[in-house]
Amino acid sequence: MAVESSQLPPTLADDHSRRLMVKRLKSMVRSVLIHTGLIPAAFVFLLPFLWMLSTSLKPDVQFYSYPPVLIPSPLQWSNFPDAVTYITFFLYMRNTLTIAVLATVGVLISSSLVAYSLARIPWPGRNVLFILTLATLMLPFQVTMIPLFIVFKNFGWVNSWLPLIVPHWFGGALYIFLLRQFFMTIPMELSEAARIDGASEFKIYFSILLPLSKPALATVAIFEFIARWRDYIGPLIYLSDQELYTLSLGIYEYQSQYGAEWGLLMAASVMITLPIILLFFFLQKTFVQGIALTGIKG
Amino acid sequence: MATTVATDTFQRRRLSQGTRHTINGLIFASPWIVGLLAFWIYPTLASAYYSFTKYNGVRNPSWTGIANYIELFSKDEEFLAAVYNTVYFAVVSIPLAIIFAFGLALMLNAKIRAQVVYRTIYFLPTLVPEVALALVWVFIFTPHSGLIAAPFRAFGFRGPCWLTCAEWARPTLVLLALWIIGQQIILYLAGLQDVPQDLYDAADVDGANIFSKFRNVTVPILTPVIFFHLVTSVIGALNFFAIPYIMTGGTGFPANSTLFYSIYLYKNAFHYLEMGYASAMAWLLFMFTLIVTLFIWRSARLWVFYAGGEE
Repeated sequence: MAVESSQLPPTLADDHSRRLMVKRLKSMVRSVLIHTGLIPAAFVFLLPFLWMLSTSLKPDVQFYSYPPVLIPSPLQWSNFPDAVTYITFFLYMRNTLTIAVLATVGVLISSSLVAYSLARIPWPGRNVLFILTLATLMLPFQVTMIPLFIVFKNFGWVNSWLPLIVPHWFGGALYIFLLRQFFMTIPMELSEAARIDGASEFKIYFSILLPLSKPALATVAIFEFIARWRDYIGPLIYLSDQELYTLSLGIYEYQSQYGAEWGLLMAASVMITLPIILLFFFLQKTFVQGIALTGIKG
Repeated sequence: MATTVATDTFQRRRLSQGTRHTINGLIFASPWIVGLLAFWIYPTLASAYYSFTKYNGVRNPSWTGIANYIELFSKDEEFLAAVYNTVYFAVVSIPLAIIFAFGLALMLNAKIRAQVVYRTIYFLPTLVPEVALALVWVFIFTPHSGLIAAPFRAFGFRGPCWLTCAEWARPTLVLLALWIIGQQIILYLAGLQDVPQDLYDAADVDGANIFSKFRNVTVPILTPVIFFHLVTSVIGALNFFAIPYIMTGGTGFPANSTLFYSIYLYKNAFHYLEMGYASAMAWLLFMFTLIVTLFIWRSARLWVFYAGGEE
């Protein structure tokens, strides 16, 4: 098919190169059109974060200046050190981190064990359990919210981190589903061969399945960590002592009866958001695959 | 002889293996079996019971029959406002979210430069903690002086009152919700990348133009993603809580226009300590979610296309 244009009769060669040029022009116009759609959209999506960043570097007087100033001058870097001393920022960050890490570890261990049972061990009840697992995804959290609060109150767990951590050590439905789907793609022969060699189920789970499932486990870990990092309603219901607050509750303290300290508030917001953005940036592939994986259940 | 012995031991092994599998299966699943009972099944049943009682969370619940349900529908104007706001939000924001997410994914799917950069940017608002996002929106959408007012001021208009007046607060929240469609964009994009190229080639042979290719190839292949988006976003919209709650402190200001179902439920449970009443609300929400989801599932046969009939 690849015919050099020089070998062709002149008219044909002309025709060929003209067609090539039209094609190239067409694809150029197309890509320009697409970028004119994508660039304004990108600007709109960036706006909240850009404005957060910009405000975090502004002195008070520029907050509502007109015309709006995107890059303040001089840059008021002092908003950042001021923000971490105005409230007990690092305490709240440590609290948030503790809850997020403990919940993530718990949900990883428990969900992977349960998913292993559903995907790799043939036992009679597993389909019923799987259907129940999916059913919980349909249940609005408000239904279980009140009785759970009562239960935890009776345990004496209200105003502690326990209600925000312990339930995650018993598995999360979405993650069980996700890991089950992933475990199913690993050839059963691997397990069977190991069983014949006398390996216990736990050994198969721990030394065969888990090492092969690192991407799926990473997805679960990131999703859960971010969900706990951002969690609002959980701390809102359960935490009343200021020393126990997470960042999403503590951030309110920049607001007073005289109005909000916007510069400090935005500096704190930048500091809360940045770790997640960095995580996303470095683990983008895992993220995207994970999101695609949640969507295949159709 | 030898074969009989072999089959014999094989069968004995298999039998004992069946039991062993059951035991192992139960052991591995035990955290979730306990979790399911303790954190899902028991609370769901308890919530059903509370919904027929008057209960403040301290004293024992006292049985009141269907009084909570009757009060919700006959006397409670705030409840009706919350229902209206939530349904409005779902009905307006979901189709718009589908259109925008699908449209942006389509443009991203064209083989263009910097696809990953765009994707990251579109995903960004989804990563910002809701508290920070809600507060920065309040700041941007301050009428007359926020960033949003600047283009209006440039042309000498006052601009809308956004979150500070009842007629604008609802559409403004719909607009804000359209910022958080990063996950959906990624889902559509993944779906688009799965469309088999030979389908387009076949359409090319038949002389199909770009629009008929979109209608007859792209959309049908993507209907499972649209379906998934629809089901999850109905649940998400009915649970809409954090952002409006943070913006208004749950007051429903202005004039109850930001009082969403979940907010009103939360207030009943934890501000007014009407736990029975709030449980009745939760069960109504559950039933409503179930009906809508079932309806979408049933309708799926008519419009969702599964290649190869799998799943």
